[in-house]
Amino acid sequence: MLKKALYCSLIFLTVVFGKAEAALDIEIVGGAAQQIPIAVVPFAQTVSQNDSLAAIISADLRRSGLFRALETRGVVNQPHELAEVKFSDWAALQAQALVIGKVEQQVNNRLKVSFRLLDVLKQSPLAGLEYDIAPSQLRMTAHKIADVIYEKMTGEKGVFATRITYIVKQGNRFQLQVADADGGNGQTVLSSTEPIISPSWSPDGTKLAYVSFEKKKPVVYVQSLVTGQRQVLANFKGNNSAPCWSPDGSRLAIVLTYAANSQIYLINADGTGLHQLSHSSAIDTEPEWSPDGKWVYFTSDRGGSPQIYRMSTLGGDAQRVTFEGSYNVSPHLSPDGKLLTFIRREAGRFRVAQQELSTGQVQLLSDSAQDESPSFAPNGRMILYATNINGRGVLSIVSADGRTRQRLSEAGGDVREPAWGPWMN
Amino acid sequence: MKKLIAPVIAMILVSACSANKIKEEPKPAPAPAPVAEMPAPQTPQPAKPQPVAEKKVEVNPLTDPNNILSKRSVYFDFDNYEVKSEYRPLLEAHAKYLVEHQQANITLQGNADERGSREYNLALGQKRASSVKKVLSVMGVPNRQIETVSFGEEKPKALGHDESSWAENRRTDIVYQGEK
Repeated sequence: MLKKALYCSLIFLTVVFGKAEAALDIEIVGGAAQQIPIAVVPFAQTVSQNDSLAAIISADLRRSGLFRALETRGVVNQPHELAEVKFSDWAALQAQALVIGKVEQQVNNRLKVSFRLLDVLKQSPLAGLEYDIAPSQLRMTAHKIADVIYEKMTGEKGVFATRITYIVKQGNRFQLQVADADGGNGQTVLSSTEPIISPSWSPDGTKLAYVSFEKKKPVVYVQSLVTGQRQVLANFKGNNSAPCWSPDGSRLAIVLTYAANSQIYLINADGTGLHQLSHSSAIDTEPEWSPDGKWVYFTSDRGGSPQIYRMSTLGGDAQRVTFEGSYNVSPHLSPDGKLLTFIRREAGRFRVAQQELSTGQVQLLSDSAQDESPSFAPNGRMILYATNINGRGVLSIVSADGRTRQRLSEAGGDVREPAWGPWMN
Repeated sequence: MKKLIAPVIAMILVSACSANKIKEEPKPAPAPAPVAEMPAPQTPQPAKPQPVAEKKVEVNPLTDPNNILSKRSVYFDFDNYEVKSEYRPLLEAHAKYLVEHQQANITLQGNADERGSREYNLALGQKRASSVKKVLSVMGVPNRQIETVSFGEEKPKALGHDESSWAENRRTDIVYQGEK
């Protein structure tokens, strides 16, 4: 009977792909105490490209809070090959590492991008790679190079080549967008005059599930970012909302008011196999799958105020996870499953909090008042969330240690409901 | 025989209706359904009880500003979905109208202020719609006449970012079918 209500119609969208029109502006505050000084020499770019690879790489590294990108223009000799490097120049600038590279036009209208990461003190190469790309992949290649540098210098995997999704409200228009993790290269995935909320990435980064009000009530859709095609995942009686993918991508947790109040259901990614997971007379919403696939964390007011609970994906009793405060919502887990980030209301302010699950210790990470929708970067080092500055929605990124903060905003628009995408292969 | 009985029943029902009317205003056309199922009499004038269209001369109690039925909003406290007792007279009036007009249907639209989680606010709006529905059900309104929907914080009526706007948006609206 439930299945009857499930429409799996394929709908073509009012969607344009490949247009790089939107761009979020970035602002960075703070940084780690020990920053690695690095010099990224402008690449030899033989073709007329709008994006300077060196500028993108430098900005990426700077945004992590772990690097200090040095000004290189004062150095007369600007090397692009290993043989051209005069290490004493860069030692004088107190650079610990040096990045050089070039972009070469190839006959088949493709580009060859190559770079080298060099240790200035040891005067030795640390890394070097070549990429054969289409011209449209230039920005993403710069992010990939930044990832290689980040990993080589910090020992951790970088997230510069990942993507984020968010909703932009401009006038009466709602746009679901996907952009590079630095807010660049924004592309509209769906445009609507009705609200869109709660985008959620599939674990392989090829699809988004989201909630659209275009049928005058909340309905859950799944849309391919490869083909642009989408289908209704859940359009049952009442509200359909809060989609979250299982770590293996085979199922989603969703929230329905099918029976009465908002309850959590599990459904296969193809829309079959719906069954109810939570059974309470309270609000149960915002399901979040644990990375090991065994638990669903969620928000519930079953104890009188909204708090975060978890229950086995096989069902059973719920365990309460947050205890302090009278309003803890929007749970999201770090990729290693050890940290929980959520929104806590305290003294009338809604702020990003982080709880260590083994100890229950909570740290408030943000300093603003209207924060929403926190999600971890795939390496667990940063948290992306929405906040409000002077009545306008902007995105913010805070490092998990709370030291570095960035702000991404779009001129003339409200940006909200962000979600950080996974690593792509 | 039938031809005679139908108008008589219709008249009895209509007069029964107007006997316990809520205010002075005449009812907006619709007569009880059974009448419509009878074979219509040949004479044209009593033969049109079915269309819901109101007579221009009559005042619709649902929109008459002097009628309590024109009041449609129930307001709530922050993060709360309890219907306050002050809304009892309002809900009693709507319950009475719905019981007397079995063909009238309503949608209860729950809303929340902009603060906090959008998904939690969507659930909260649903609870606010459902708790109004519960009160109306207790007052005798059949479930089939009531639908509930939540807009969460997505369709704010007041656009400010202050307590008065937030208070205005913590609300369930009673919307009759055909209204927008």
